[in-house]
Parts: sequence; structure tokens; C-alpha cells
Amino acid sequence: MNKWTRRGFIAAGVAAGGVLTVGVAIREGHRAPKLASMMAGDGETLVNVWVKLAEDNTVTAIVPHSEMGQGVATAMTQMLADEMDADWELVTFEQAPAHEAYANYPLGREYLMGDTTVPGFVQDSLNGGFLRIAQSMSLQITGGSTAVRFTGEGGMRIAGAAAKEMIVRAAAKAWRVPRRELRTERSFVYHDASDRSAPYAEFAEAASKLSPPTQPTLKTVDAYTLMGTSIPRFDIPSKVDGTAAFAMDVDLPNMSYAAVMGPPVFGATVDGFDETSARSMPGVKQVLNEGHFVAVVADSYWNAEQAVRVLDVTWTETGREGLDQDAVYDQFRADMAEAVASGKEQTDIKVGNARRALKTADQVIEAEYSVPYLAHAAMEPLNAVAQVSGDQVDIWIGHQNPLAVRDEIADTFGFKKPNVTVHNKLMGGGFGRKSEADYPLMAVKIAQQVDGPVKLIWSREEDTRQDFYRPATTAKVIGGLSADGEAVGWDYQFVHKHDPAEASHIPYAIENQFIHYAETENPIRFGPWRSVDHTQHGFFIESFIDELAHAANKDPMAFRRDLVSESPRYVAALDAVAEAADWGRALPEGRGLGVALVDSFGTIVAEIAEVDVTGPTPRVLNVWSAADPGFVVNPDGFTAQIESAIIYGLSATLYGDITVEGGAIAQSNFHDYPVVRMDEAPEIKVQLINSGARVGGGGEPGTPPIAAAVTNAIFAASGQRIRALPLASQSFSGV
Amino acid sequence: MTTLMINGERRTVDADPGKPLLWVIREDLKMTGTKFGCGIAQCGACTVHLDGTPIRSCSTPVAAAEGARITTIEGVAGQDGTLHAVQQAWIDHQVPQCGYCQSGQIMSAVALLTETPNPTDDDINAAMSGNICRCGAYGRIRAAIKTAASQMPAPVIETEAAIEAEGTNDE
Repeated sequence: MNKWTRRGFIAAGVAAGGVLTVGVAIREGHRAPKLASMMAGDGETLVNVWVKLAEDNTVTAIVPHSEMGQGVATAMTQMLADEMDADWELVTFEQAPAHEAYANYPLGREYLMGDTTVPGFVQDSLNGGFLRIAQSMSLQITGGSTAVRFTGEGGMRIAGAAAKEMIVRAAAKAWRVPRRELRTERSFVYHDASDRSAPYAEFAEAASKLSPPTQPTLKTVDAYTLMGTSIPRFDIPSKVDGTAAFAMDVDLPNMSYAAVMGPPVFGATVDGFDETSARSMPGVKQVLNEGHFVAVVADSYWNAEQAVRVLDVTWTETGREGLDQDAVYDQFRADMAEAVASGKEQTDIKVGNARRALKTADQVIEAEYSVPYLAHAAMEPLNAVAQVSGDQVDIWIGHQNPLAVRDEIADTFGFKKPNVTVHNKLMGGGFGRKSEADYPLMAVKIAQQVDGPVKLIWSREEDTRQDFYRPATTAKVIGGLSADGEAVGWDYQFVHKHDPAEASHIPYAIENQFIHYAETENPIRFGPWRSVDHTQHGFFIESFIDELAHAANKDPMAFRRDLVSESPRYVAALDAVAEAADWGRALPEGRGLGVALVDSFGTIVAEIAEVDVTGPTPRVLNVWSAADPGFVVNPDGFTAQIESAIIYGLSATLYGDITVEGGAIAQSNFHDYPVVRMDEAPEIKVQLINSGARVGGGGEPGTPPIAAAVTNAIFAASGQRIRALPLASQSFSGV
Repeated sequence: MTTLMINGERRTVDADPGKPLLWVIREDLKMTGTKFGCGIAQCGACTVHLDGTPIRSCSTPVAAAEGARITTIEGVAGQDGTLHAVQQAWIDHQVPQCGYCQSGQIMSAVALLTETPNPTDDDINAAMSGNICRCGAYGRIRAAIKTAASQMPAPVIETEAAIEAEGTNDE
């Protein structure tokens, strides 16, 4: 019944009422044993994308990714509907349930399975969310900018094309005409010669009995009708009238509310607390000592939160109570120096002989960079509604990895996986934070002790202090120039290698490169943050290339362009952004332009920032961006992602600074963890390049270049080189 | 018992007078369009109107709202469901991403345009900088406010003559 394709196999079936369903599954016997073991029985059940064609001719795409504002449901559906030649007016989508059938196999492979492009990770990279994901191998993840480039390209399009081919074959059979005489358009099959036409649905049942095609023919770009167009997003109307349903908005009969407080120093547990005052507060039902946190359950969140604040909790000592931020950086520096001194550098890339090239270079420059910890600070604080009834668990949550939520709950508390139902809701921002399993586990733990459903809401303070932070990191870079100003050597050392593995690589053709890292402890828990390791490496690499350009007395744009001259996509991105920003134009005193180029998640992004330094702090006026993801499925949606990624990165550049004081996180809310607001938002212009290369991601690649684009512009305007973020922690001399 | 006039309806709730209006709206009145973001009037996700003025409901005790006209995101569209010009502009410019802050953004924008029908960029900065959007939709918000400004009907000046004329039309 099922035939193999290159990526997997296509499965089809008919559901009640003649509904045709088509899915794409990964192949049995995949070399990743854990993935293969997830396939039940005959190995044909790991279907990761589906389309349903119903009797009324409506098409439903089942999207295995979570919506957090990135427009994933629309883009996925667009890809499927285009290949299927479906009438967009009759197309809708459903979010896939948390089930193995929708596991995000490509992301798992890219991130965890050590596929060819991914060198083996060091053990400590498997921390936080990564560790849990690796442990559970539950891969229904939205992250890593994978939706369009993997699920869309390898799943949705194939499912749509296969469904169409089967319908056409069924129509040919019914009408007794050759298949080649049929054409499809907007969910109808046409036989022009006999002037016949019929809706797809008419052939649904017959099609479901046919063998799915081995390799359905995908459209070439010139035949796209929906892909490449700015179809309005499905979810937007509900987001302008207050009806969009986030987990925060779930309301169940007889629901209680819980507020929590975690330890100020990570790893501490509750030593004791005085609950008398909390117990007597209005509406308080229960005060719970959960070991690594305390919870108050009340008749309203407000009452619960008021009560949790008066609990006088003593926490156990962890030995890290004396830890301060400076000591964190000092440790990084010491470990980096020790790695070099002992020759124990962990090699990332070794091309030519960088150290010898630096010895003989005409000019050698050296710089140290650092970035701090960052919180995610999504607008919707973490929350979940959980209900435990006997051996059944229901959880309502917005999560980037609902399948891991289900498995974590089952494994942690001893429930059977099929008895755990995850109702995944819209996320009010995720950015990587909502890929962690801590908050669903807390909700279930509380729910086990509560009669009826309970809604756990974190205060903004908890959300800020109990994050899995973008790790603080440092880098030391040594670069060498020849007498005519050519970059001849690149020695790049950093701490903390996580994901993606290639984040520390450079796009520049420098003959001698030694890219390496030092093993070091990171005393604060950390996890993926929009664009992950690219955030820091984008800043370090693009700052230092700028330093080299200036040391060589060359224009930073021309210097980069020379170093990427063999890579047409990089050249095109630089040229496009240079033209958009009118690079090289005369600027008023105190203004500067800075450029940065980063290739991440399969998408190349060049950005130019225009900065004014005449005030007390630098002001970013304009940002131009040129992005090449190979092909843009939804131009307006992609543009919005680049705009969003720039602002997210700009908040980190200007303000983002989570610091450790006495072992605890010093910040708590938007007053001491500020972010960019309307009055500081630059005007952003995005240019998209359809280069035809393999499709890249959209959610993250706009973030990595922005910090260096801004600091390079500050240098151009004032001669002040910024080597540590955020700008708010620096002092400025002005012009 | 506290009596509130919310979106033109009279509602009575049994809530502690010190409970923030936000939680009364969300928990007692079960209207969930108004969002919790920070709890300390820093992010604007909880913005509602009190007698037409945008306020942060997370930091406003319900007692302070008694006797005032409260408008939430649920009360912005017309009685017949017609979207407000600001809501329509939000769709036209595809403003929301995650959408969580957008109820608050829209409430601030509606108040701005009611007060200042043709706002300058500085007016927009002043009125909107209390509303954080972590998806960074600021450019689209600015553009949508300008579109809405150009599409909103000129404010009706109720002269006596106009009221009389309306009276005759009723016949």
C-alpha cells in the first residue's frame, strides 16, 4: 500500500465520510535508533504531516508546529495548498495534537543526531532544554527556524503534491481519460476536451484506495500560485479583538489559581517557611512546599500572588551564595587562558596554520569581547492549567515542544503517555523559553495536590529570575593582516559551545583559521534564546572583522566583500543592503553606518544600522536588512520576522543585562530589564532575495547581525569601539 | 459588592476593593482580552480605558474604577461587530505576531486617535511608549495608527442644530 520516497514514505487512507487523508512519514530502519523506535508496529505510523480533504471540498492542513507569532500555520498551509492546487478560500489548518505522529524529525536530526553537518557536541551543551529534548527524543519542536525549511519543504509540499496526484489519477479513472489531459485549479479537476469539471472531493474516496505516488512531482518556482505571495495570516483577526486564546486565558469550571516562588539561588531547596500569615490571607486554600519551589493555591491569582509574597522562605545553601557577575567573567578568562597555556583548546575549525600566520603577519590586532546573560521576557509570563483526575492528566499550555511536555509529565510522575493530554494553545511569545519543561511539570505537581483544575501563573518577577538564560560568554580574537591589508590569520577563542554547531564559523575566506573554545562552567542555568549561539558569535565575529578592516585602512563593506568574493550569495546580500542604505554617502557629524553579515539557519542576512551619537547615549535611527533564505514563502510574513528579530536583538544590544549578585539574579521586571519601546524603535527596511538556494529559516536569522551593525556604526561615528554589551553598561564620550 | 460600568453594561462583582481591575476583568468578569504582562504598569498589556483615558488596569484597584465608564478590547468594535478603524488597520498592516500585547496596544492607539486625530510621530511615541511589544511590531503599529487616522471619520461636533436635525430625522 505504501511506497518509499527519498525522505520517507507517503501514506494515505480514508476516514469516515469519504475524507481523504495523506501524510508523509519517515522511513523505517532510520539509522537513528531512537527515532526508529518511536515508530509503532509496522513502521508506518510516524506520519508527520497530514492533509485532509473533506466531502465539502475543504482542505485541512495539519500543522505540527506551535504558533508563537511567527506565522507558521499560514506558511505551512500555503506550501501544502499550492502543491495541491487547492482553492485558498476552502483551505484551513489545525494544529497537530501532541503525538509521535507529528514529531519534528528533521529538527531532531539536525540538532541532536549528529548528522553530517553537525560535529559531535561536548557534553555540557546538552543542558537545559537541549538535555531534556535529547533524553526524551520527543521532537515535536518549534525552534531552530525549522518549520518552513524542513517540515514545509520535506513534508507539507510532498503531502499536497501527493494528494493532488492521487485525485487526478482517480479522476482519470472515473472519466476514462488519460491523466495528462487533466488539469487542476482551485480544488477542481478539469478535462477541457470534454468540458468536464468536478471538485476534488468527488474523487476523495476513490483516491484514498490508490497507492500513493512514490515521488510526487513538486512544482517549480514558476508554477507557484500561493508560495511567494503575502497571504494574510490566519491568526491575526483574533488578535485584534481579544478573542485569541492563549493558555493564560483558559478558564475551567471549579478552577483554582496558583502562584509560585522559586529559589533566588539556582539549585537551592526549601529549608523552611512560616505559612501562618499566608494561610490567613483572603481566598488562600493551600500552601505547598514543593521542595524546589513553594506554591500558594487560592481562589484567584491575585490572592495567591499576594500570599506567596509574604511567605518567609529560608532556602538551603548551595555554595554559590557569594557568586557575582565579575567572577563569572573572570572564570571564563582564566579557563580560556588555561586552555591555551596547556594546549587543551577544543578545536572547532582548523584551516591552514593560524598561529604561524599571525607570527609572520605585518600587523596583528587582538581584542576581547563579552556578552551577558539574557532573559527571554516574552510578553505572556509562563503559565499552564493542569488537571489530574486519577490516572489522567490534562494540561493546557502554550509550548514550543508539546510532545516533550507530554513525555516529561508521564516520565516524571509515572503516568502512561496516552493518559497525558496536552492542549497546546497560542503562545504569547516563546523565543526559546517555552521549549523548557519546568513550568508544565510545576503545574502538574501542584495539580496533583489540588481538587479540580489549577491555573499556575508566574509573576513577571519569577519569569525574569527563573529563566534559562542566553549564556554569558566571552571571546578572544587575534587577527593578522598582510602588508597590503589582507586578512591572513584568524585565531578565535570562545567559551560555551552549544547550538547550532556552525555558529562560530566565519563566512570569510581567510586562509589560516583556528576557531576553538575552552571548557568552562556556566554557573547559571541556560537554554536556547532566539538564534542561540549565533547571538554572541554574530556580535564577536562581525565586530572583529570591522576592527580588522579599520586596521587595514579599508572600507568595512569593501573589506568584507573582498573576503566573500567567491560566495555569490554573500556578495549579493552585501550589495543589496549597501545599495538600500546608500553606503558611503556623506553623513552629518555624529552619525555613522555599520554593517554586519551573518549566515544562520540557512538564511543569509546583511544589516546596516545608522546610529546617531550626538546625544548622551547612541540612538539607532535606521536599519536596512537584506535577507536571502533561498526562497521566501510568504514575503510579508518573512519581512515581519526580520523586523521582529532586529528589535529583539536591539533590545539585547541596548539594554539586555541579566547579572548575578550573591548567586541570585539581580533583575526582576521591565523597569530593571528594559527593552526597546516605540520611541526607540528604528525605521526598518527589509529586502528579500530569492536566490533559489535551499530554503532557509525565518524566525531567527534577523537577530545575529544587529548588535555588531549598531556597534560598528558607533565606531564609524565616534571612533569608540564597543566590545561588551549592552550599550547601557558602557560610558559614552559622544562625538 | 462593586458595580462597574464596562463596555456599556452594568456588572456587579464581589471583589476586594483593593483587587486590581485587571484581575476583576479577567477572573470575575471572565473577559480575557485584557492581558497580564508585568503587574507594575511597565508593559501596557493590561491597558483599558477609564472614561476614555488609557490606564494600566494591573495597577488600578477596582474601587477606583467604580462609577467610571470602563472600555476593554471587547468593547472597541461597534455594536454590530464592525471593527474599529484601528482594529481594521491592525489587520491591513498585519501588525500582530504573537498578539499578546496587542489588546493593550490597540487600547492605547484608540485613545490616542480620539484625543489627537492626526498624530505626529512624536505624538505616537508619547502615547505608545508605555506599551511593550516583544515581537517588535513597532514599525507596523506606527504605520497602522497613521492609516487608521486617515480613515477615521472626523470627530462629530454636536451643535444644537445638528441635534435638532437628528431629532427631525427620527420621525
